[in-house]
Amino acid sequence: MKTEKNDIKIKVCMGPGGIATGGADVIKVFKDDLASANIKAKIGKGCSLHKVGCFGLCARDVLVDVIVGKNKTTYQYVKPDMVPRIVKEHLIENNPVSEWTVGDDYYSFYNKQIKVVLSEFSEVDPEDIDTYTAVGGYEATKKVLTKFTPEKTIAIIKKSGIRGRGGAGFPTGVKWEICRKVESDQKFIICNADEGDPGAFMDRAVIEGNPHSVIEGMIIGAYAIGATKGYVYVRAEYPLAVERLTIAIKQARGKNLLGENILGTKFNFDVRLKLGAGAFVCGEETALIASIEGQRGMPRAKPPFPVHSGLWGKPTVINNVETLANVPYIIRKGADWFSSFGTEKSKGTKVFALTGKVKNTGLIEVPMGILLREIIYDIGGGIEGGKAFKAVQTGGPSGGCIPAELVDINVDYESLAKVGSIVGSGGMVVLDDTDCMVSIAKFFLEFTQAESCGKCVPCRVGTKRLLEILDRITAGKGREGDIELLEDLGNDIKLSSLCGLGQTAPNPILSTIKYFRHEYEAHIKEQKCPAKVCKDLIEYGILEEFCKGCGACLRVCPSKAITGEKKKPHIISVDVCIKCGACFDVCKFKAVKKE
Amino acid sequence: MLEVSPEVEKKLDGVLQKHITDEGNIISLLQDMQEAFGYIPEKAVGWFSKKLDIPESRFYGVITFYSQFHTHPRGRNLITACCGTACHVKGSERLINSLRRELNIVEEEDTTDDRKFTVEKVACIGTCSMAPAVIINKKIYGNMTADKLMKMVKTLEGKKNED
Repeated sequence: MKTEKNDIKIKVCMGPGGIATGGADVIKVFKDDLASANIKAKIGKGCSLHKVGCFGLCARDVLVDVIVGKNKTTYQYVKPDMVPRIVKEHLIENNPVSEWTVGDDYYSFYNKQIKVVLSEFSEVDPEDIDTYTAVGGYEATKKVLTKFTPEKTIAIIKKSGIRGRGGAGFPTGVKWEICRKVESDQKFIICNADEGDPGAFMDRAVIEGNPHSVIEGMIIGAYAIGATKGYVYVRAEYPLAVERLTIAIKQARGKNLLGENILGTKFNFDVRLKLGAGAFVCGEETALIASIEGQRGMPRAKPPFPVHSGLWGKPTVINNVETLANVPYIIRKGADWFSSFGTEKSKGTKVFALTGKVKNTGLIEVPMGILLREIIYDIGGGIEGGKAFKAVQTGGPSGGCIPAELVDINVDYESLAKVGSIVGSGGMVVLDDTDCMVSIAKFFLEFTQAESCGKCVPCRVGTKRLLEILDRITAGKGREGDIELLEDLGNDIKLSSLCGLGQTAPNPILSTIKYFRHEYEAHIKEQKCPAKVCKDLIEYGILEEFCKGCGACLRVCPSKAITGEKKKPHIISVDVCIKCGACFDVCKFKAVKKE
Repeated sequence: MLEVSPEVEKKLDGVLQKHITDEGNIISLLQDMQEAFGYIPEKAVGWFSKKLDIPESRFYGVITFYSQFHTHPRGRNLITACCGTACHVKGSERLINSLRRELNIVEEEDTTDDRKFTVEKVACIGTCSMAPAVIINKKIYGNMTADKLMKMVKTLEGKKNED
């Protein structure tokens, strides 16, 4: 097979997963090796090597696409020391290293996905605006600014049916329309990139993978509502997102896509970055506004809504990252194209962060209304390690747990709300039979309790009381009536809290009580943790028949609770044991038991 | 107001100039202060309060509200363990506990007595697909185990002893 060497492309995943597993080192070795293998002359011309955003299947990072002519080969788990062989055998001898390439199961991860927001992730170099314009980027801006009135733009977004991807699901076009109609000398558009839900990284991946799509969405939104200034409020915990956005804004200014008289029109608009300082509640829009103003990020009562009185009292639209990233595609491909995906009330696609106990963890984009079963088994590849699927937690600390028996529900705003959970921002954490549901609820309550801003009593005091009850249940000191108390108190907090944080904080408890009441009862009545997670309710011991007396547990035990002679079964002294689980993790013979 | 040395004054002035050109607010000012000093010294707050005519209480209101701000010096090595949902179900709690035990960090504290290490938790760093994740001195490490972590900490300890 003779291929023109001038059309070799190498794409290295530099999403969150790729970077943490050494993507930068892989790129470096590729560069060095290509240079020394004399494919040097082609770099920058025919042979392009670039970083791209998230490929999606982060569990197999670093993923590398090697494209020679029209043949694409994808390598998985690439380490820097594997690169020389790929360069030698694949690029010089034209013989792909088949043992490192992905198998059929890799493609099954993608088969049920439909990519809109993530569609250009494998094409675009997030630090190069030209790669974005090469695939049609900023065409929507041009179209809107030169051909459409703001009203027409809003009509298209309304017709597409897109709803806010940040969690609440408010129709984006309607929000824009309300703000458009408010008279004011100054309006603002804010991109909410304060992705604070534990277990979610969609917004981070979108910004890091294709920052220009977000900026383009903001330009179009600003034009539609009549704003001249925009802010991206991004978490300081996402340094790479901040870096790539900074580069993207600079490049967009350089091309007159931001600034004055954009693309020769009369429209002026510029974007600035604001870094969050670590407060979950700042994802709530009025708190976010306070934080941009430099104050403590505490929410206020609504109305007035930000569309009427927002940043510095001016009309303000706040959209989520993913919502904005959808906008350019809707304009380019049309409202009908967008609304052809999804269900009657939930249009389009949604990006989810699929994590937890599934085989294929990563970033996925699916049409709204897809079956939960398809996500977990077809895309996720089922549960890791042959364990049983127990539940899936969606929507983070504001959401709930969907039990295994409801695996055939559709994933859209309405269906998830019906079973007591939410789509939320898109975190999806899969749990197996070794996860204790009471402990999961407690985990989220610890989070919301710590993040409660303290302004309103139901949230400040109520979440504290909920946590105290959960603490005593997981310590085996639960009382008769505690479950009912949790339900009562939870419902009261939902009704009476000031903002979304408090109004949704009890959801993880209420939904786990609804579907896993028996686990709460086992903790309270029998002082047992069925999943054997809660420290105070389990004891570690050694199964004599399996113990080989290798001493691994003895060496790892921090409290010196394990004794025994070599090659003879060891013993754990229950009084000294601090139940850290180190022996359980280290034993190769499964000789450590929990009961 | 506490006295500041000329050296510190110069640093503070740099932060102030940036604040003025960037049209910053209290949050960005504090972020820059922390960047310059590694934490937010009481002296610096006093200095800015006087320069900008903003009561110190407003600074402290913001400092105590956001988890990013620290009023005490931090360790030379910063280990941040992610405690997001995905990391939690994959055992991040156990990781932190064994790390704290290893470094002898007592309850309510987050820094070792010799200021070599600071161990802290973060809600989520968004690398859930490789849970549990730990950030050691700004670099993210995924699929962490207690064993791996202890080895890395030992290497860091060794390094510091050499200098």
